[in-house]
Amino acid sequence: MTGKFRTLIATSALALGFSASAALAQTELRMTWYNDGIEGEVMQGLLDRFESQNPDISVVLDVVPYKAIIEGLPVQLAAGEGPDLARVTDLGGLSEHYLDMTPYLADTSYWKTNFGPFLKWLDPDGDAINGFMTQLTVTGPYVNKTLFEQAGVALPGKGATWDDYATAVNKVADKLDIPIPMAWDRSGHRVSGPAIAMGAKMFNADGNPALIDDGLKAMTQRLYDWHQDGTMSKELWGSVSGSSYLGANEDFANAQVVMYMSGSWQIPQFAETIGDAFDWWAVPAPCGPAACTGMPGGAALVGMAGTDHPAEVAKLMDFLAQEEQMAEFYGKTLFIPGHLGLAQGGVDFATDDPRAKHALATFAGAVPGISPVAFDLQGYANNRVMFNALISRLNEAIVGELTLDEAYDRMSADITKALAEKSRQ
Amino acid sequence: MALQSDHNMGERMANLAGAPVRLLFTVLEPPLAALQRGLGIKRMPWIFLVPNLVFFGLFVIVPLFINFFYSLTGGTQLYPDDRPFVGTEQYGFLLDCQTYADPQTCREDRFWKAIYNTSIFIVFQVSFMVLFSLITALTLNREIRARGFFRAVFFFPVLLSPVVVALIWKWILLRDGILNAFLVSIGLDKVLFFVSPEWSMFWAVFVSIWAHMGFYTLILLAGLQAIPPDLYEAAEMDGTSKERVFWRITLPLLWPNMLVVIVLALIKGVQVFDEVFVLTGGGPGTATQFIVQYIYNTGFTNQVQNFGLASAASVALGVALFILTMAQLAVTRRKDDV
Repeated sequence: MTGKFRTLIATSALALGFSASAALAQTELRMTWYNDGIEGEVMQGLLDRFESQNPDISVVLDVVPYKAIIEGLPVQLAAGEGPDLARVTDLGGLSEHYLDMTPYLADTSYWKTNFGPFLKWLDPDGDAINGFMTQLTVTGPYVNKTLFEQAGVALPGKGATWDDYATAVNKVADKLDIPIPMAWDRSGHRVSGPAIAMGAKMFNADGNPALIDDGLKAMTQRLYDWHQDGTMSKELWGSVSGSSYLGANEDFANAQVVMYMSGSWQIPQFAETIGDAFDWWAVPAPCGPAACTGMPGGAALVGMAGTDHPAEVAKLMDFLAQEEQMAEFYGKTLFIPGHLGLAQGGVDFATDDPRAKHALATFAGAVPGISPVAFDLQGYANNRVMFNALISRLNEAIVGELTLDEAYDRMSADITKALAEKSRQ
Repeated sequence: MALQSDHNMGERMANLAGAPVRLLFTVLEPPLAALQRGLGIKRMPWIFLVPNLVFFGLFVIVPLFINFFYSLTGGTQLYPDDRPFVGTEQYGFLLDCQTYADPQTCREDRFWKAIYNTSIFIVFQVSFMVLFSLITALTLNREIRARGFFRAVFFFPVLLSPVVVALIWKWILLRDGILNAFLVSIGLDKVLFFVSPEWSMFWAVFVSIWAHMGFYTLILLAGLQAIPPDLYEAAEMDGTSKERVFWRITLPLLWPNMLVVIVLALIKGVQVFDEVFVLTGGGPGTATQFIVQYIYNTGFTNQVQNFGLASAASVALGVALFILTMAQLAVTRRKDDV
């Protein structure tokens, strides 16, 4: 009995020793992540699979609010205290902190073939492989089709302009006493697509930012007027300051809004929160004289240059970027694929909701029609400087603190000042 | 007999509880005595002040100098070594105005709007805070029913986190909030409080007073209770009117506490950020954007994080607070001299 007990103790100690040494040898990677919908759960499933195939690497998914990605992460990275990987939306703005995984990847041609155009968004001045798009997004409007039907107002068809929609949504709101005919996300990115549709060029002939032109003025004048005549509620844009983001997704989901200008990332959320309560319907980007375009964009998962484990980061990224994992990720999350192979071959989206399917088809179908100006703007590393100046100053005009002309002057001055500050070494 | 036993038991418990303290003093006695012999009794206070001074220096004075250094640099780099020296350029940018009374003529219009908004906020917030705290303290100092309960009620908001306070009020004031539901129920129209600059400023002041009034009430209550009752008895015997008692006895004797309340409220008013940031977001437009939010936005929320300009603005805020404190000291001294 005593002998058996000793053997048991010795075996346990040995096992403990082995597991301790294995734990000590394990590399821990930390991934900073934010959620729009269920993508955190889907990613966790993929990470579990990776860990089971690579017991020497563990990955901790740190889920943070989106605000922490925009405001906290840049400071963390500048201080050299960032995570090993992160999901980011300021794609080019943080490029100096990204890890170039090229030396660690077995098949770089796979990456270039499938993520080619988006790699440039992550590294506008170079040729690095930093990560992949967890979702490709396209901005565009949703309408509450049920309200249109109840009001007996025809939904504007293909080629309709923003003015056509403004007229139609006001009719619907008047007939059904809906408080907000039209709402837009409070975001410079959201305004830019329609402004480009109106003819905004965003850059001058030298390729430098030139935000203010007749195209931009045409769109901002409309936004200003819509806020004054009640087409848009001042409550959304007017109720905060600076460049703070505010969405109208909850108001739209509560059927308080007839038309909501947002983007493809709302699909999974609407499928879950609205479901079949009413027909939420994605419509093609309304047209202007120059184009019928939204803005491309999205979120990317990138490796960080400050990591102590670049090879392991690249190994994880390579695993996640493979078609099998990507198909599962995009399919379950209902995100438009940022993987060209899957985009061409099609993704089997895990939904039977006809509204979600229609929205996915609408936004995916809008990609070929996106203006080259919009792609250039999205690829510009300092685009958030332009977006922030645009939304914050336009907002000050809308609430009556500035005239539109004063706002244009301030937008230009803000951009000049910010870029000058950034160029100081 | 039983009382004697309880008394002995109490003494034993007290001795037991005091044992660790006695042990500590026994251990500290020899080195402190040696120090006193070496340094002399006059230098001994420094020994006791050193721990506090070290922490104060490390977490207040050193960051103050680092902040000042940042205000003399430019660029977006985080570490001081990497930041180019630009002298007083950031201050020049902040202070470049054609007419200081009109923020639109200033290069950094938002900084000046923030200063004006903060000034308006503290004028109303401090005035009403002191007034309501005084009225509440005077009421709670009287022999009223459930006095303890009411004291707790007025103090309770002080215990809440500023974010919780702001969220509670935000839910009350939103388009579909409780207040609008009440307005509709009595036949009035909904009011979009956060769309109107005036309403937003009003609620920023109101919520701030609601959240902090209990603290200042407590200070004034302590002052009221320290006034000797025989003064009131003498006044009553002389047939002095209640108004005269208030103006001639209560207020002059309460003045030191009032001064503390005014200065604390002023300093807290200048530093206002979290509650208003959550409540109004600084909007509509920039109507409730105060100086600390300006610093936060400049340093952290923009893609180009301008730490130099944010530091320069925070130095300006520090100077304003320093002036307020000096003014307080001057007023206190003058009062003491009188």
